[in-house]
Amino acid sequence: MVLTDAARDSRMETSEDRGADLRLSSITKRFDDFVAVDNLDLTVPAGSFFALLGPSGCGKTTTLRMVAGLERPTSGSISIGGQDVTKTSAYERPVNTVFQSYALFPHMSVFDNVVFGLKRRKVKDAAAQAKAVLELVELSHLGARRPAQLSGGQQQRVALARAIVNHPAVLLLDEPLGALDMKLRRQMQGELKKIQMDVGLTFIHVTHDQEEAMTMADTVAVMNAGRVEQMGAPRDLYDLPKTPFVANFLGKSNLVAGTITEDLGDTVALNAGGNRIMVHKSRTTSTVGSVLVGIRPEKLQILHASDAPAGPNQLRGRVSDVSFTGVSTEYLVDIPGIGALGVFSQNRGQDSAERGDEVVLVWDTAHTFGLAGTEDALSGIEEAAVL
Amino acid sequence: MSLLATRRQQQTGAGKGKNGRKRNKPEDFRSPGEVAADKRKSHMGYWLILPGFIFMLLFFVLPVFSLLATSLYTKPPGADIGQFAPALQFSNYAVVLQDYWAELIRSFGFALIATVAALLIGYPMAYLVAVRLRHRNLLRGILLVLIIAPFFTSFILRTQAWKQILADESLVVSALQAVALLPEDGRLTATAFAVVCGLTYNFLPFMTLPIYASLERLDTRLLEASSDLYSNAFTTFRRVTLPLSMPGVMAGTLLTFIPASGDYINAALLGNNQDTTMIGQVIDSRFFRVVDYPGASALSFILMLAILALVTLYVRRFGTKELI
Ligand SMILES: Nc1ncnc2c1ncn2[C@@H]1O[C@H](COP(=O)(O)OP(=O)(O)OP(=O)(O)O)[C@@H](O)[C@H]1O
Ligand SMILES: [Mg+2]
Repeated sequence: MVLTDAARDSRMETSEDRGADLRLSSITKRFDDFVAVDNLDLTVPAGSFFALLGPSGCGKTTTLRMVAGLERPTSGSISIGGQDVTKTSAYERPVNTVFQSYALFPHMSVFDNVVFGLKRRKVKDAAAQAKAVLELVELSHLGARRPAQLSGGQQQRVALARAIVNHPAVLLLDEPLGALDMKLRRQMQGELKKIQMDVGLTFIHVTHDQEEAMTMADTVAVMNAGRVEQMGAPRDLYDLPKTPFVANFLGKSNLVAGTITEDLGDTVALNAGGNRIMVHKSRTTSTVGSVLVGIRPEKLQILHASDAPAGPNQLRGRVSDVSFTGVSTEYLVDIPGIGALGVFSQNRGQDSAERGDEVVLVWDTAHTFGLAGTEDALSGIEEAAVL
Repeated sequence: MSLLATRRQQQTGAGKGKNGRKRNKPEDFRSPGEVAADKRKSHMGYWLILPGFIFMLLFFVLPVFSLLATSLYTKPPGADIGQFAPALQFSNYAVVLQDYWAELIRSFGFALIATVAALLIGYPMAYLVAVRLRHRNLLRGILLVLIIAPFFTSFILRTQAWKQILADESLVVSALQAVALLPEDGRLTATAFAVVCGLTYNFLPFMTLPIYASLERLDTRLLEASSDLYSNAFTTFRRVTLPLSMPGVMAGTLLTFIPASGDYINAALLGNNQDTTMIGQVIDSRFFRVVDYPGASALSFILMLAILALVTLYVRRFGTKELI
């Protein structure tokens, strides 16, 4: 999508062109004695697309509301573009929100909704700018309609237009795609990403859809129970989770408990139910004592017992379940002394294993990750399953 | 072409499919019996309004015609008091208008002031209860009962009580005199002020309740959206809260203004029979004391038409048809 001339011109006038840094320092929010957000530290660089991902009730909306100024933090401070805004009111902050429920004004036309923020700030060519943004979201032909006369997807775009027309330093999106069906969602995700690159604002996108977070964002923060569990580029988070919650919530993981037995320089070897597993030291959070090792199901290769190569990272077991999903086959393999592990095997014409077959699972050491053994291996599984 | 455009086509396509299915199915599978049942059901509505229709015919439409006829009666020469003959004496209207135009205008003036006052008092009350105390159920319930409570006492008694409150020796008067808001020999009872106070007070619930009803449905997330879009509290009120509560304001002002302009009890009990006389009092005395039925009827008719005209103008000007 191309930005119209008017939209580009109007953008030139604003000083907060590339968005602004957002910094949350030890933010805590308590409702009575319930801690919704717990000592949260977060830095979002200017111009980035930042996704806040987490299960329902983990405090995502509460965090956004504090940034917008709709909720006061119990303690901690918030700064935007280096300026402390903790004590300022919502209307004074250079922040706009696309609300989970859209919250379009029902008594105003689409155009009046979009021009609302500009008029409040007494921007000179408000009407022209609103028109340009309506064009950007391809709704210029519906400007005279009332929100109630629009489809869900159209309302969503009005909500987006109403926010971005103000060129806020930070744009907050609270599950703006939640009400859309899968297909619309995927298309809107592409649109949002494009708009963000076009207008160059700092986007903070709240979602509990991990795929959405990973495809759209430069940086993803995984939240759980009011805290950020881990933050980073989507690929890094997926590749090297630091907690069982992240490992289980973001995609699926096989987590196996073991004890470190040997230090081999770059790697450590550990014993898991009598099997020898290797982990690179750089990929484990602890290098002594008991640990949890994780391997993603698609990183496991499933071989007939007779084909097993020599070496570590081999788990012998019996196939207990096979399900064919088209592009891949999912196996459940019972490993004596460890338990059931999941395997995703892409269907490239190889022989598939049958239920009851004796098999060997092998993988590359570079794909193993290690987590502190004291953590709960099942954390995050339930939360991910609900979605 | 961008993704959005393709999506829109799919969307409309999908919508058509769904509607089409919905529309076709019942027709394809319905038996003649079911169709007949549907027809009967759709006629049910008319039967249900029949009692109301008959009631209105008997007790509103017919009396209005009777009133209109009476207002044109004439008093034959030498007739007894209260004896009139059917006629088309339109001059009755000119006569009463000439004699009582001042009372008519005063009535609308008092009613207008009372309506504005009731709005200024009732709106904040309704706002407090409906929006600010939305999640405080107990407190909200108590305040609602307090708003409605005056209905449980007689209209006359309540008005009589105002007489006591504003009496010369009352606390209110001496307090006002003490702070020099009222001259030493000033009084409140038997003044226009007292009448307007009574009107405001007596019709306040009619103002507050409709406004409460519309504010109760107000989505407070819209207020947050407004403040997110650079509106301070005042602008949010003016641009979002007030427009969305306009149906309640319209209903409340009409429910206050219309009965207040025809009211005669407040003026009779709290006024002074000279410069506070309202049209209702005039009609009352024309009818019961002077026994001038045509005059009283003509005045009633004028009052009715005037209210109708004013209300029509008002609704045209501030109408909320566009609101959802
Ligand atoms: N005003 C409030 N009073 C009391 N508790 C609240 C309030 N607002 C939120 N909470 C609680 O704080 C927690 C976090 O809520 P929040 O709305 O931030 O969740 P979320 O991460 O946005 O969830 P979802 O994905 O379902 O939208 C929840 O347990 C919620 O019940
Ligand atoms: Mg939420």
